[in-house]
Amino acid sequence: MVRADFDRSLEELEAELIGLGEMVEKAIVKSMDALARRDLALAYEVVAEDDQIDEKRFELEEKCINLIATQQPLAVDLRTLLAVLHIAVELERMGDYAEGIGKICMIIGEDESVETPQQLPQMARMGVAMLQRSLKSLMDRDTDLADEVWDSDDEVDALYDAVCHQIFLDMGQNPKTIEAATHFLWVAHDLERIADRATNIAERVIFVVTGRIGRYKPPRELN
Amino acid sequence: MQDQDFILQTRGLSVYYDTKKAVTDVDLDVARNRITAIIGPSGCGKSTLLRCFNRMNDLIPSARVEGQVLFDGLDLYGHDVDPTEIRYEIGMVFQRPNPFPKTIYDNVAFGPRINGFQGNLAELVERSLVRAALWDEVKDRLNASALSLSGGQQQRLCIARALAVEPRVILMDEPCSALDPIATLAIEELMRELSEDYSIVIVTHNMQQAARVSHYTAFLMVEEARVGFLVEFGESRQIFTNPEDERTEAYITGRFG
Repeated sequence: MVRADFDRSLEELEAELIGLGEMVEKAIVKSMDALARRDLALAYEVVAEDDQIDEKRFELEEKCINLIATQQPLAVDLRTLLAVLHIAVELERMGDYAEGIGKICMIIGEDESVETPQQLPQMARMGVAMLQRSLKSLMDRDTDLADEVWDSDDEVDALYDAVCHQIFLDMGQNPKTIEAATHFLWVAHDLERIADRATNIAERVIFVVTGRIGRYKPPRELN
Repeated sequence: MQDQDFILQTRGLSVYYDTKKAVTDVDLDVARNRITAIIGPSGCGKSTLLRCFNRMNDLIPSARVEGQVLFDGLDLYGHDVDPTEIRYEIGMVFQRPNPFPKTIYDNVAFGPRINGFQGNLAELVERSLVRAALWDEVKDRLNASALSLSGGQQQRLCIARALAVEPRVILMDEPCSALDPIATLAIEELMRELSEDYSIVIVTHNMQQAARVSHYTAFLMVEEARVGFLVEFGESRQIFTNPEDERTEAYITGRFG
C-alpha cells in the first residue's frame, strides 16, 4: 500500500478529532446537569476542563499543519485536513459555550427560586444529538446523514424563540426575576449557537465528500 | 471556452512504436497563453504526446502517428507541412539542460543564424536572455562557455535559445527534474511570466509543480488493456482539489502510480 504511513496519520487524526468531540459533548451535558442541580462544584469542573479542550484543539491544529507541510496533500487528503482544522475550531467554540453555561451556573449559585425554563434541557439534548450526528457523518462520509443535522436546527431555533418569548414575558410580569432570567437568556443563546456550529461541522462533511465550498442548505424533501 | 482560444488541439491522436501503442485516442485542447500540464505515471505516454506537438516523434523511425494535431487549425501532420518550420514555432526544452558547447551568446544566436535572421542579432540575444531571466547573471560574460553555467542557468539558457527563434508554443519535458529546488522555483516563476506571451505545455512527474505552475492539467494513464489514454482534463485547481475521476484522485494523492 502506497502512503500507508500517511493514511495511518490521517486515521489517527480523525480519531483524535472524534475524541475532542466527545470531550465537548461531555462538557455540554455536564454544564446542563450543573444548571439543573444548581451544582456549583460540577459547574466549576466544566469551566476548569475547558482548558483541556482548548489544548486538544491546538494539538490537532499542529498535527494538521505538520501533515500539510510534510505530505503535501492534494484532493481528498487536502480537503480532509482542512476540514479537520475547521471542525477542531468549531468544537473548541462549542466547548466555550459549555464553559459559558458553567460560568452562568456559578453566577446563579444555589438559588433555586427561579426555575430553569423547560425548553433549555431539550435544546441541549438536541444540540448534543446534532453534534453526534455531524461527527458520525464525518466518520462515515455520509452526506445524507450530514443533511439530517439541519433538520433539528430549525427545531432548536424554534425552541430558542419560544424560550426568549417566555423569558421576556416573565420579566414583564415579575421584575424581580429579571437578573436570573437574563442569565437564562444567555444559556439559551449558548445552546442555540451549539446547534449552529453542529451544522457548520456538517457543512465541512459536505466539503470533504463533494469539494463544495460555501453556505450549504440541504435539499428538503417536499411533503 | 471558444475554439479560437486553443492553440493546439489533438483529435483521436494515437501513437505507435512499431506495433506497440504508446498513446491512445487522445482529444486534448491546449489553451493559448496558458500553461497546460500533462501528468501521469511512468510509461503513460506523456512525453510521446508532448513530442507530437512539434513532430519530434518523426525522428524516431519506428514511430507512427494516427489522428490529428491541429496548430491554430493547421494539421501539423499534413503533407505540405515542414517539420523543421514547425519546430521554430513550437520550441522544446528538455529534461537535462543541453546547451551547445559554445559561448553563451552563440547558444542563443544559434537558431536565428540558421534561420538567416537579418535584424540586430545582439539585441535579439539580449532580449531572449532578459525574457529567460538570465541576462543579469551573464551579461558580463556572454563569451564564456555555456558549460560554465550552473544547471539552473543552463536550463534558462536553453529557454532563451528556444525564445530566440520567437516561437508561439514552448514544450517542456520535465524541465526541472535535474535542478535543485531553488533553480526549480526560478524556472516555474519564469514559466508563469512567459505564459503571458507564449503557450506552454509541460510534462512533469512533480505533482506539486503541476499544481503550482499550470492553469490546466491533463491526466494520462496506462492500464493493461490500454496505454496512454486521457482520463481527466480540466482546470488545475479543480484537478488538484477535487478531481472528478477516482483514478485521478488515486494518482494525485499518491495511492498508485
